[in-house]
Amino acid sequence: MNKFKQQSSALPPVILEIKNLTKKFTVEGGRQLTACDNVSLCAYAGQTLGIIGESGCGKSTLVRTVLQIHLATSGEVIFEGQDLLQAKGEKARQNRRKIQMVFQDPTAAFNPKMKVKNILCEPLKNFGLLKDSEVDAKACELLRMVELPEDFKDRYPHNMSGGQRQRLGIARALSLEPKIVVCDEATSALDVSVQEKICELLVRLQKEKGITYLFICHDLGLVDLMSHQLAVMYLGNVVELLEKGRISQHAKHPYTKALLQAVFKVDFKPGEKIQPIEGEVPSPLDIPQGCPFQSRCEKCQEYCRREKPILRQIEAGHWVACHFIEW
Amino acid sequence: MLLEVKDLQISYGNKITVDSASFSLEKGEILSIVGESGSGKTTVIRALMGCLPGNGHVSSGDILFEGCSVVNNTADDWRKMCGEEMSMIFQDSGNMINPIRKVGQQFTDYIMAHKPQTSKNDAYKMAVTMLADVRLPNPDNIMNSYPFELSGGMRQRVGIAMAMVFHPKILLADEPTSALDVTTQAQIIRQIVDVRNEFNAAVIIVTHNLGVASYMSNKIIVMKNGHIVESGSREEVIGKPQHSYTKELLAAVPVVGGKRYYE
Ligand SMILES: Nc1ncnc2c1ncn2[C@@H]1O[C@H](COP(=O)(O)OP(=O)(O)OP(=O)(O)O)[C@@H](O)[C@H]1O
Ligand SMILES: Nc1ncnc2c1ncn2[C@@H]1O[C@H](COP(=O)(O)OP(=O)(O)O)[C@@H](O)[C@H]1O
Ligand code: SF4
Ligand SMILES: [Mg+2]
Ligand SMILES: [Mg+2]
Repeated sequence: MNKFKQQSSALPPVILEIKNLTKKFTVEGGRQLTACDNVSLCAYAGQTLGIIGESGCGKSTLVRTVLQIHLATSGEVIFEGQDLLQAKGEKARQNRRKIQMVFQDPTAAFNPKMKVKNILCEPLKNFGLLKDSEVDAKACELLRMVELPEDFKDRYPHNMSGGQRQRLGIARALSLEPKIVVCDEATSALDVSVQEKICELLVRLQKEKGITYLFICHDLGLVDLMSHQLAVMYLGNVVELLEKGRISQHAKHPYTKALLQAVFKVDFKPGEKIQPIEGEVPSPLDIPQGCPFQSRCEKCQEYCRREKPILRQIEAGHWVACHFIEW
Repeated sequence: MLLEVKDLQISYGNKITVDSASFSLEKGEILSIVGESGSGKTTVIRALMGCLPGNGHVSSGDILFEGCSVVNNTADDWRKMCGEEMSMIFQDSGNMINPIRKVGQQFTDYIMAHKPQTSKNDAYKMAVTMLADVRLPNPDNIMNSYPFELSGGMRQRVGIAMAMVFHPKILLADEPTSALDVTTQAQIIRQIVDVRNEFNAAVIIVTHNLGVASYMSNKIIVMKNGHIVESGSREEVIGKPQHSYTKELLAAVPVVGGKRYYE
């Protein structure tokens, strides 16, 4: 039994288990860049695992390694009882069908010369699941699912707005009826009003189809509202893992607390100041010994520079990697 | 009046993208542009810099910079203005600078391209001073780094330092914090406000974050579908929004601990 499975309330089964996953890139001069450092996380069937952290902290690398876009340096990813990272050939191909991805900028992923219907049906055709004669009907069905007009099927993607293209990206990712959908900053390029509609769509589809989301986002507010479980990453490490709705009142890690203090509120009072933490994230090329957050942590002690804190459970469903947690 | 935009219409080819846009900016003011994705925010600020992509052009209306029209500027006129009168930072300034050349080389080249009379030594000193000014630790180290060795926040500071080196009167920023986490975003926003205070520069910032707009701006413009649907002081737009779209935007801002999507 993996310790990460312990949670407070009765939970759906684990669908994806990331175990001690590490990804190092070799960069210029043969140096090692540690993008993901021994990450362990569980995603539950039909729920959303939110991942938050700043640009470059390794969120995309984590999911890209899970999706085998990158070759893992070490670790396991258990899906349906098997290690995804060991799967080969036809098995790997079928796995890819079950785990799909929605990107930040779907335009980059679409061929501008293809009509919407062909973009939508391309994955199904690649898997030999759709005949040419069925394309129009299937495209209409997928467009309806994401609340777009059916006559969009004969358009080209560049004639559509960012929000509409993002709906296409979702429809395409869902066309193969995946069990898991990875949303990597899927709404970051959109205004908040369109973002809200896309999130409502994602949630409706989750409820209808029991999809599990890995939802990566650097907007603390949004990820809090979307997730059943929330992982906070810093410099390639998960530093805190919380259940839904807990972050605003119960966050314990100094980095998570710093995140909360730096959120800009629309209704701030004139003269009210935000409190950004000082300093910069260390380079992933030379990760310090000890705690990854030491260079910016007010509570840092000598011990933190020597010993790396491990993620440990402090209450049901709540894990923190810090030596000096205040209660 | 530092900048005055009068009834501006911008088209790509013969397709009108932005229409009847009017606003003005005084020295030291911060103006935020918020609004719908694809409504023309980037298009507007690119027009101010004379750097519309593709077949984009100002098809009617006027832009006055210190009282002089700039819409008929030649490429050479723009080159002179860019960097010295106004300059721009982007969502990821790190991507704008060349990834395989060191920050220092690029920074000194940029200075010497604008001011050819500057010696390499002086350019280096100017660059280091600017980097220290935007609170980057160990500027000499930064000069000697490749962009990928810097964090997103550090790259964005380098972008601000480069943009401000000639003390331009207007800093244009297109979603300068969209790729950053909230702590780094807060640092960068504070830095932009500092730059305004130190150089008495005016700032125009495009952002999807209404909290950021509310925090830093004197004026806010709300755009939808190529039009300015609402504009006014920060207090007016945030406190007493008039247009239904402004209200919709404000209501859609996700708030930590707010209403969950799946309940
Ligand atoms: N080079 C171009 N050629 C033709 N049309 C363009 C070009 N660049 C932008 N457009 C179109 O102009 C409109 C406004 O785009 P713009 O990039 O200014 O929007 P924006 O408000 O900055 O959006 P976002 O919030 O997504 O950044 C869009 O419909 C876009 O498709
Ligand atoms: N293909 C690659 N080669 C070398 N370094 C990489 C590569 N992809 C990502 N990195 C580095 O790994 C770190 C984590 O990046 P990434 O996973 O993209 O972060 P995030 O998605 O959280 O912004 C960064 O320092 C980044 O520069
Ligand atoms: S382990 Fe030490 S340095 Fe790390 S977050 Fe906790 S107190 Fe700060
Ligand atoms: Mg990423
Ligand atoms: Mg834009």
